[in-house]
Amino acid sequence: MSSLERSDVARLAALARIDMTDDDLDRLSGQLSAIVDAVAQVSEVAGQDVPATSHPIPMANVHRADVVIPSLSQQAALSGAPDAEDGRFRVPQILGEEA
Amino acid sequence: MTDWTRKTAAQMVEAMAAGEVTSSELVRAHLDRIAAVDGPETPSAVHAFLHIDADGALATAAAVDADRAAGVELPRLAGVPIAVKDVLVTKGLPTTAGSRILEGWIPPYDSTVASKIRAARMPILGKTNMDEFAMGSSTEHSGYGPTHNPWDLERIPGGSGGGSAASLAAWEAPLAIGSDTGGSIRQPAAVTGTVGVKPTYGGVSRYGAIALASSLDQLGPCARTVLDAAMLHEVMGGHDDMDATSLDEPVPACVDAAREGASGDLTGVRVGVITELGGSNDSGEGYQAGVKQRFEESLDAMRAAGAEIVEVSCPSFVYALAAYYLILPSEASSNLAKFDSVRFGMRVEKATIEKTMGATRAAGFGDEVKRRIILGTYALSAGYYDAYYGSAQKVRTLIQRDFAAAFEKADVLVSPTAPTTPFKLGERIDDPLAMYLNDVATIPANLAGIPGMSLPSGVAPEDGLPVGFQILAPAHEDARLYRVGAALESLLAARWGGNLIAQAPELEVSK
Amino acid sequence: MSQMTYNDAVERFDPVFGIEVHVELNTKTKMFCGCANEFGAEPNTQVCPVCLGLPGSMPVTNEKAVESAIRLGLALGCSIRESSRFARKNYFYPDLAKDYQISQYDEPTCYEGSLDVVLDDGTVVTIGIERAHIEEDAGKNTHVGGTGGIQGADHSLVDYNRGGVPLVEIVTKPIEGMGDRTAEVARAYVATIRDIVRALGISDGRMEQGSVRADVNLSLRPKAADGEDQSAVPFGRRSETKNVNSLRAVERSIHHEAGRQAELLLAGEPVVQETRHWHEDTSSTTPGRSKEEAEDYRYFPEPDLLPVEPSREWVEELRLTLPEHPAKMRARLREEWGFSDLEMRDAVAADALGLIASTVAAGTTAQSARKWWMGELARTANEQDVALPDLPVTPAQIAELQGLVDSGALNDKLARQVLEGVLAGEGSPTAVVASRGLAVVSDDSALEAAVDEALAAQPEVLDKIREGKVQAAGAIVGAVMKATRGQADAARVREIILQRAGVEG
Repeated sequence: MSSLERSDVARLAALARIDMTDDDLDRLSGQLSAIVDAVAQVSEVAGQDVPATSHPIPMANVHRADVVIPSLSQQAALSGAPDAEDGRFRVPQILGEEA
Repeated sequence: MTDWTRKTAAQMVEAMAAGEVTSSELVRAHLDRIAAVDGPETPSAVHAFLHIDADGALATAAAVDADRAAGVELPRLAGVPIAVKDVLVTKGLPTTAGSRILEGWIPPYDSTVASKIRAARMPILGKTNMDEFAMGSSTEHSGYGPTHNPWDLERIPGGSGGGSAASLAAWEAPLAIGSDTGGSIRQPAAVTGTVGVKPTYGGVSRYGAIALASSLDQLGPCARTVLDAAMLHEVMGGHDDMDATSLDEPVPACVDAAREGASGDLTGVRVGVITELGGSNDSGEGYQAGVKQRFEESLDAMRAAGAEIVEVSCPSFVYALAAYYLILPSEASSNLAKFDSVRFGMRVEKATIEKTMGATRAAGFGDEVKRRIILGTYALSAGYYDAYYGSAQKVRTLIQRDFAAAFEKADVLVSPTAPTTPFKLGERIDDPLAMYLNDVATIPANLAGIPGMSLPSGVAPEDGLPVGFQILAPAHEDARLYRVGAALESLLAARWGGNLIAQAPELEVSK
Repeated sequence: MSQMTYNDAVERFDPVFGIEVHVELNTKTKMFCGCANEFGAEPNTQVCPVCLGLPGSMPVTNEKAVESAIRLGLALGCSIRESSRFARKNYFYPDLAKDYQISQYDEPTCYEGSLDVVLDDGTVVTIGIERAHIEEDAGKNTHVGGTGGIQGADHSLVDYNRGGVPLVEIVTKPIEGMGDRTAEVARAYVATIRDIVRALGISDGRMEQGSVRADVNLSLRPKAADGEDQSAVPFGRRSETKNVNSLRAVERSIHHEAGRQAELLLAGEPVVQETRHWHEDTSSTTPGRSKEEAEDYRYFPEPDLLPVEPSREWVEELRLTLPEHPAKMRARLREEWGFSDLEMRDAVAADALGLIASTVAAGTTAQSARKWWMGELARTANEQDVALPDLPVTPAQIAELQGLVDSGALNDKLARQVLEGVLAGEGSPTAVVASRGLAVVSDDSALEAAVDEALAAQPEVLDKIREGKVQAAGAIVGAVMKATRGQADAARVREIILQRAGVEG
C-alpha cells in the first residue's frame, strides 16, 4: 500500500489519458513514490471513528428553480472548438463503445 | 509630478473624487509602469503579466471619467485599475490558468467575480502569471515562464499567485485578484511584502474560477494595504446562484473593520499562537531564524497594544500536509479531465480520439500537473479510496475540531505565513516534497474552510527579504481578520515610518 | 447459424435477470443548469458553460428533478434517503462534456423498493427494486463515414444538447425463479415502469424516442437437482445488453441471449461477463469492445454540490400526489366502463386506455369511445403504421364527433367522413361538417322535394306501400340518400314517404 511501481504509474497515466514516454515514467515514478510514502501517514487515521468532511462549510438542499436561462449561441458554444463541422464538435475516430 | 503608481487604492479613490486625477491617467500610469518593468525586453523583466489589455482598460477608464464628469453616481472603486490572476475566466480576454493547454483560449463567458469587477467599473489591466492550474508555491510551474520577485529578481514571488503579488510589489497595479487553495494568495503576499486574504470558503463565488480542488479553492483580494484589500473583498464577495457552495449571507463588513482596526488598539483581543506552526516549543526546524524573529516582534507589538497572547495546540496539524496532498490531487485529477482536446484548448490530433486525448494532455500539461493528476488518480482508485482520499477527509474533520477548540480560547490564531523568506528560482524545483513544505502553515485554513490573511511583518535581518504574518479567524468572521490585521499594520507602520513595501528596492526601468 | 432456442435454454437452465432502466425526466431545464430540456433543437444551441464542461463552470441542482425522482421512488415503494450526495463517475468519452458524469453512487436518493407487475394473464410478479438514483445524461455522438455506426467510422461529431438532461436510473435486484416466463416478465416490467412515469407526469415515457431506455442483464445457472434449493445455486456469469429500444426488443433480446449463453454452457465454454449490443435487424447481440479490466470510475462525492436532504414532511406531501398504480387503475376502469376482459385487454395492448378515459371525460360513453378508438381509429393507425396516440385527433374531438351523432346532426357514415377530414387536418369536427357540407339534412322542405323527386321516378312504390308492403319505402330512402350524398335524415325521409302514402309510419 505504499510505493508506486513504474507499472502502476503507467496504468494510472493510461487511466488519466496522459501519454508517457519511458523517460517520463522513470522520472515520475521516483518522485511519486516519495510523495506517496509521505502522505501514506493519513491512513493511520483511517480506523478512527471520525466522520469524513467533504464540504468545509455544512450546507444542504441548495437547489435551483426549474426555469430556463438563455443558452449560449451555437457560435459561442463552438468558439473554442479545435475542430467543428455542421454545428458540432468534430473528433477523430472513437474506438470505445457507445454508452 | 505625482507618481500615482505609488499610491494606495484608497488614496486613488479620494484623489479621483477630488478631481486631482482621472481614471485614464491612473490606467496610463500603470500601463507605462508595466511597459517599463514587466516584459522580457525590459531590464527587470518581472513577468507578472501574461496578457495586458490596454485598450479595454483605457475604455473602461474613459467611460468612468465621462460619467464622473457628468455627475453620475459611481461604485466605490470605479476607475481603480486591477490585475486579475489568469485562473479567472474573463469573457473576451485570453484565459490560460498558466497552462499551455489553454493557450489562445478566449472564453465565451465571464466568471461571476469578473462580472462584479466590471460592474464595479474597475479597469482590468490584464491577466497575471501563476503556477499551472494553481499547482505550486513559486510560479516556477507556469507554462509561460516564471515571475520574478521584485524584491530580488532572482527569487521566487511565491505561488501559485506569484504574478498578482509581484504586480503589486512592482507597483504595476494597486489591486489584484488571487486564488488560494493551500496558501496561493497568502504565501506570495508574505514573500513580496504585500497583503493577501483568503475568505471563508463560499464567501466569494467560484463560478468561472478554473477549478483546482473544489472543496479548497477560494478567490480573494490582494493589495498593498489591509484597507485596500478590504475594499476589494467587499466588491468580490457575496452569494451567487451559479455557485451552489457560495454562502447565503451578506458580505462581511471588511472596510468598517479595517478602519476601526487602524487605531492600533487591540485591548481585549485574545491572540492564539499555534504551537505546531511556529509556537514556542514547535517543530521549528523548518522555520528560518529571521522569520521567527519578526513573528515574535509582531506578537510583542500586539501585546503592547493590549492583546492577550495565548498558546494553543492543534495536534492534528501534523497530518494536514499529507491530507492536503491527497485531497487536492484527487479533486484536481477529476477537475482537469475536461481538458481533453474536444471542446476548447490545445489539440494534438492523432488517428483516434483516445490517442488524441493522450497526446494532447502529455503535451499541454507540465510535470507538476501530471504528477498531481497521477497521484489523485491513484488516491481515488478502487481499493485505495478508504486508505487515502477517505482518510484524508477524516483528517479534515480532526482539523476542524482542533480549530473549533482553539477558537474557544482565542479570537484569532496566528503564525508565520511561510517557513522561509523567498528562495532562489530553481532551488527547489526538482524536489516536490521540499516545495510542498512552503504550505505547511497555510494549508490548515483551506482544509477547515476558515478565512486567513497574510500581511507584512518585516524583512528578515539575514537576507533583507520579506516575512509574512498570518492571521486566521473562525468561519464567517472575515471582518475580524481586517480589524486585527489593520491594527497590526498600523503598529508596524509606526515603527517603520510607513508600510513595508516602501522599503522594496527600486526596479530598473526601460528608458 | 441457428442457435439454441429460448425455450430449450430455459428448459435446461435457470435464468436470472436484472434490468436497469434510465428514465429521461421532462423537466423544463437540465439537471444542473438552466438550458432548455427539449428534443429536436439545432445542435449545440441548448448548451451553456456548465453542460459544455467549460473551465470554471459549476453545477446547481434542479429542484424539480429531485422532486420527480422522489415521486418515482415513492411510486416504486422505495425508501427516500434522508441525506444523499451526488458523486462523480470519472471516465473519458467525447460525449461526456466534463469527462465525468455527476451521478449518485453509495447514497442513492431512493432505495429498497418493490413493484408489482401484472402479466397478460393476470399473474402478479413482485420485482425487487435495488435503487433509483439521479444523474445527468451525456451528449450525442454521430459517427461519420463507414456504415454510420461506430465501427469503421472516419470521425465523429458531438452535439451536447442532450448533455445534462436529468435521468433517473432504476436498478432491479436480481430476479430469479421466472423460468420460461423470464422474457415476458422483463417486458412487462419495463412496460409498467413506462406506464408509471407517464402516470406521474414526470416523463413522456417513449422508448422509441429514448426517454425510457433499458439495459438487460441475463445469466443462466444450472437447474437445481431434485430436493436442492434452486436459489442456493450460485448465479452464472451475466451479460449486459444495451441498445434495447422497445418492449419487443426487451423480450427478444432475452430470447436471444438465453439461447446464446445456453449453447456456450452446454459446449463447456464460459460465458464472458461483458456488455453486448442488441441489433433489431438481425435479432442478435454482438459483443462490445473487450476490455482487459473493468473500468475504474474512481467515484467520490461531488464537491461542487451540497447533499440532498428532503424533509420527511415534504416526502409525505409528495406521496399524496402519487396517482393510482396502473394495475389498480385498470381494474377500476374495467369495472366503471363495463368492458369485457377481451375488450379491456385489446384496449391496453393498443395503448388506448388514456385516450378512452379522456374521451369519456369529454362527454361520451365508454362504449362509444371504445368504438371509435378501437374501431375506425385503430384501423387507421394500423394502415399508417403509427401508434394510436400519434394520430392527429384528440379525445375532445372524438367526443365532439360522437356528440354530433348523438344529436342526429350526423349519421355513422357521415361521421366517418368527418373523421377523415379531421385526420387530414381540416379542423375540428364542427368545422369539417361546415366546410364539407356534411351535415344531415333535416330541413323538411328539402327532404320533401327530394322524396317527391324520387317518387316521381318510382311511382309504383306508393302503391306497394298502400298495399301493406311498407318495406318498399326502403328503395325511396335509398334513392334519397344517394341523391343527398348520404346526408338526408333517413328516419325523417321514411316518415315523409309514409305520409305521401297516407299511411302511419
